[in-house]
Amino acid sequence: MSAVLFIFFVLAGLAVFGAVALILQSHPIHSALSLILVMLCLAGLYLLMGAEFVAAVQIIVYGGAVMVLFVFVIMLLNAGEEERTNFSKLASFAIVPLALALALAVAGLIAAAIAHSTSQMPAASGELTSTRELSKLLFSTFVYPFELTSFLILVAILGAIVLAQRERN
Amino acid sequence: MSTLAPYAFILVPLIKVALLVFIVLTADAYLTWLERKVIGHIQARWGPYRVGPHGLLQPLADGVKFILKEDPMPEGVDKKAYFFAPFLTLMLALTSLAVIPFGPDVTILGYKTNFGIADINISLLALFAITALSVYGIALAGWGSNSKYSLLGGLRSSAQMISYELSMTLSVVGVLLMAGTLSLKEIVEMQHYSSYGFLGWNIIGFTKDHFGFTQIIGCLCFFISAIAETNRVPFDLPEAESELVAGYHTEYASMKFAMFFIGEYTAMITVSSLSTILFFGGWLSPFPDSWTITQYLPSVILIPLGLWIIFDGIRYETIFGRIMLPGVGTVLTLIGAGLFLLPPWVNQTIQGPFWFFFKVFAALFFYIWMRATLPRFRYDQLMDFGWKLLLPVSIANVILTSAVLFWRTRG
Repeated sequence: MSAVLFIFFVLAGLAVFGAVALILQSHPIHSALSLILVMLCLAGLYLLMGAEFVAAVQIIVYGGAVMVLFVFVIMLLNAGEEERTNFSKLASFAIVPLALALALAVAGLIAAAIAHSTSQMPAASGELTSTRELSKLLFSTFVYPFELTSFLILVAILGAIVLAQRERN
Repeated sequence: MSTLAPYAFILVPLIKVALLVFIVLTADAYLTWLERKVIGHIQARWGPYRVGPHGLLQPLADGVKFILKEDPMPEGVDKKAYFFAPFLTLMLALTSLAVIPFGPDVTILGYKTNFGIADINISLLALFAITALSVYGIALAGWGSNSKYSLLGGLRSSAQMISYELSMTLSVVGVLLMAGTLSLKEIVEMQHYSSYGFLGWNIIGFTKDHFGFTQIIGCLCFFISAIAETNRVPFDLPEAESELVAGYHTEYASMKFAMFFIGEYTAMITVSSLSTILFFGGWLSPFPDSWTITQYLPSVILIPLGLWIIFDGIRYETIFGRIMLPGVGTVLTLIGAGLFLLPPWVNQTIQGPFWFFFKVFAALFFYIWMRATLPRFRYDQLMDFGWKLLLPVSIANVILTSAVLFWRTRG
């Protein structure tokens, strides 16, 4: 178990590092690369939970397709370094209490979740996570949410095409 | 041996990784030789001929040159991206080989192991995941080099990879429907149909339980998209030398350029292995199992090849060639003869890797052949071809295959 825990902390630490770097970097490409690091670490965490399919899809869809589009657009627009502006006074004044409140809320949620959890993670059962089981669930129990999601994506694609066409005219 | 047994689970993969990296890097080097030689002969030239007999030491000379060349860094590059890109390309290319099974499981000294590095049950998805990331190497190299040619190459590469990844992924769905698994090893085993040999392969689709459908359309779509994914002719727009100098690697020299180069050739080997596994029965022999005589085919090929190299070598112009070529020929002949004399299990063990190598070699030759034959696509043709032809055809293949399989299961 200790090895698993060690890998978890390495991946979680890298993910947090990537997320912080995403905000702190001044160049959009570097931010995008940090985001890719976060995605890959998340995939590693899924793998650690035994959800192989989700891990692979995480890399293919988010690490591959989505982020390649991000990088492509940043490169195409040739976005340069962002300039640092002075903090707004309101932000510097409100940031400490707000951040504290948020941290407390998240910590409370995690504590509540730990208190209410009865057993191991469901992923540990193994059966639930195999690709076959996952697809059976997707196409039987969760078929309506699944189809609705694909419908939503279709609508989004149509919207993108309509917007692109309007610009041309 | 017994003291090492508890550590076998970590030692065996390490040995396998070292062996595979060595073999693949050598294969990459000689793939460049083969490519230059084949293209040369197709264009009625000799190809490399000066370094060693028949240019056989050319890869070695190239390697020395790569190491010794000056490695200048252009001004205004984004250092992180510029240095990271070649490493990423090579790393991902070599990693993707880890999930390829080169043969059936083998037992060496009582230790049963798979003929490959990692045998995971989502190996196909893992391979696609690694392929999906490999675009960053090229995109970052193009963007980080601070050069307009590199940037254009990187841009083209990202757009091309997004477009062709779709049809590549969709074209294997037909195989997955028939196999019902994402494990490459099981996909090969599914194609084994003892008395029909190659008819059981997915490209013919005459499987054991008559639950198959020919995947010839899927195979064509897969191979075309795979060529586009590896940025090879006729899809080599990212490095189109007549338009972009050398595209994304214009500003790279020395070992950093070599890393891109090795990465590209390794990707070729991976893709050829993958198409072999998915459509051409992987390590399976094309002959029925009852034709046991065909297991001497490696010897039947090796002995005449060795004899011919000896015959050719003793008439070679240089003295070095007259020593080296007969030497190589003798080794090949001895290996071929040894397979007759050694115990039969040796011959049976090498059957799988032999056929795998044979098929991968054929696929690689096809790659080179295409490079020597076809002109490069124009950018709009590339996009039209990917989105308006390849993608609909792969989707049609998915629908057709599922319809046939559905009909077969009912009837």
